[in-house]
Amino acid sequence: MSTRTYRTLKVAAEIAVPLLLLLGWQLWTASAHSIKFPRLSTILVDFQHMWLFSQFETNVVPSLERVGLGFAIGVTAGVALGVPIGLSPVLRKLSMPHIEYWRAMPPPALLPISIILLKSIGDRQKISFIAFFCVFPVLLNTIDGVRSIDPTLIETARSYGVPRFQRIRRLVLPGALPQIMAGMRNSLALAVIMMVLAEYFSSTSGVGYVLLISKNTFQLGPMWAAIVLIGVLGYLLNLVFLLVERRVLAWHRGWRAAAE
Amino acid sequence: MRLSIPSRADVLLPALSIAVTLALWEVISRTGVISQQDLPSMSTSFRTLWSILQTGSFWTALLLTIRGWALGLGIAAVLAIPIGIALGSSDFAGAAFRVPIEFLRPIPSAALIPLLVLTLGTNIKSEVFLAAFGAFWPLLVQTMYGVRDVDPIALDTARSFGVGRLERLWRITLPSSVPYIVTGLRISSTVALILAFTAELFLGIPGLGQKVNFAQAYGLNDQLYALALAVGFLGLAIHIAFTKLERRALRWHPSQRSEAP
Repeated sequence: MSTRTYRTLKVAAEIAVPLLLLLGWQLWTASAHSIKFPRLSTILVDFQHMWLFSQFETNVVPSLERVGLGFAIGVTAGVALGVPIGLSPVLRKLSMPHIEYWRAMPPPALLPISIILLKSIGDRQKISFIAFFCVFPVLLNTIDGVRSIDPTLIETARSYGVPRFQRIRRLVLPGALPQIMAGMRNSLALAVIMMVLAEYFSSTSGVGYVLLISKNTFQLGPMWAAIVLIGVLGYLLNLVFLLVERRVLAWHRGWRAAAE
Repeated sequence: MRLSIPSRADVLLPALSIAVTLALWEVISRTGVISQQDLPSMSTSFRTLWSILQTGSFWTALLLTIRGWALGLGIAAVLAIPIGIALGSSDFAGAAFRVPIEFLRPIPSAALIPLLVLTLGTNIKSEVFLAAFGAFWPLLVQTMYGVRDVDPIALDTARSFGVGRLERLWRITLPSSVPYIVTGLRISSTVALILAFTAELFLGIPGLGQKVNFAQAYGLNDQLYALALAVGFLGLAIHIAFTKLERRALRWHPSQRSEAP
C-alpha cells in the first residue's frame, strides 16, 4: 500500500469513525424504544429548542460567567502566590503542607461548607468555590515552572542591576509560562466540573440547575440535551484554550524547534 | 549525595506554619470574626473528628468509600491500559479514534449523575461507574503518550533481530511506557476518589459522601467540618501513596519528570 493511499485511508477513518458512532447511537436508541434513552434525533431537537437560544441567556450565560470569573480569579491567585513561593525556599517550606493538603481534598467535600461560610447559594458562593479549587493546578505548576528556570539567568540579571520587579516580569514569568499554561488547562477542565456540581447541588439558575430540574421532573429529552450541552461546553472551552495557548506560546515552540 | 538528612528548617518551618494556621483558625472562631455556628473552632472540629473516629459507622463509611474508589480505579486501569497500548501503537487506530476521544475526554463526568440515577440507580454500581469513567481518560491518554514515546530504534533493532510482536510489546513497549502509565495512575487515583465521593454525596450512596450529606441536611456543622478534615486526610494519604509509587517506578529514569496535574 502506498503512503498516499494509507494517508487517505487514515483521514477517512478519522472522519468515518465518529460519524459511525453517532449513527450507531441513533439506530440503537431508535430500536430500543427506551424512555431513558431518547433517540439522538429527539435529543438534538430538544437541544435546539432549549439552547439555541431561548434558554441561552437565562441558564447558559450565568454558568459561563461563573466558570469565567472563578477561573480568572483562581489563575490570578495561583500565579501571584506561585511566583514568590517558587523563588523562596523559606516560603516553600512554610506553604507546602497547606498546598499538599488542599490539592488532595476532593472539592465536593467543601460544597456544604462553602454555602455555610458565604451564606449564599448564588454567584458569590459558586465563583468562590470554583476559584478556590482552580488555584491549585496553577499554583503547583507555577512553583515548578519558576523553580526550573536556570538560576544563572536570574543571577546574571541581578548582577546587571535589573530591579526585582523587572526580573520577575521579563524573566521569571515568561520562563515559567509554558508550565503555567499547562496548569491553567487543568484548572479550566476542573472549573467546568465544579460549575456543574455546585449548580446541581444548590442553585436557582445555570446549566447544572437545568440538569437537576429536568431529571426531577422526568423530562428526559431536556435532560439529555443538558448533558450534551455540558459536553459541548467542556469541549469548546478546551479548544479555545488550546488556540490561545498556541498564540501565547508561539515563541516557545519556535525556540524549541530551533534548538532541535 | 544520595541520603539527604532533613535540616532543622525542613522540619521546623512546616510545623510552625501548620501550628500558626491552626491557632489562627481557633482565634477566628473563638473571637467571633466568623461565628462558632458557621465555623466551629479548630479544637471543637478535631474533638468531633476524634469522637467520630470512635464510632463503627465512620469506619464502615470510610471502607465503603475506599471500596468504590478502588473498584473504579481498578476497572479504569484494566480498560484504559490495554486500549491505550492498542491506540498508541497503531497510527491508524489512533487517528480513527482521535475525534471521539478528544470529544469525550473533556466532558465533565458530573453531567452523568442524573443519567446514572435513572439507569444504574442509587447504588454502588453508579459510584463505581462514575469513578471508573473519570479515571479512565487521564490513564488512557498517558498510556497512549507512553507507547508513542518508545524509542523507535529499539523497536526496529528488535524487529530486525526477529523478535516477535508480542515479545516486543512485553520487553520494549511496556517497560518504557511504565513511567507514563504510573503518572497516569497517580492522576487517576485522585480523580477516582473525587468521583466516588461525589457519587455518594449527590446520590446518597453509603460512604463518607453520604455522611457529609446527612450532616448538611441536619445542620450538624461540627460534623461537617470534622468529616471534611477526614476526607482531606484520605485524599492526602492516596496522593502520597501514589507519589511514592511513581518515584519507585521512575527511580531508574534519568530525567526528573515535571509535575503533571
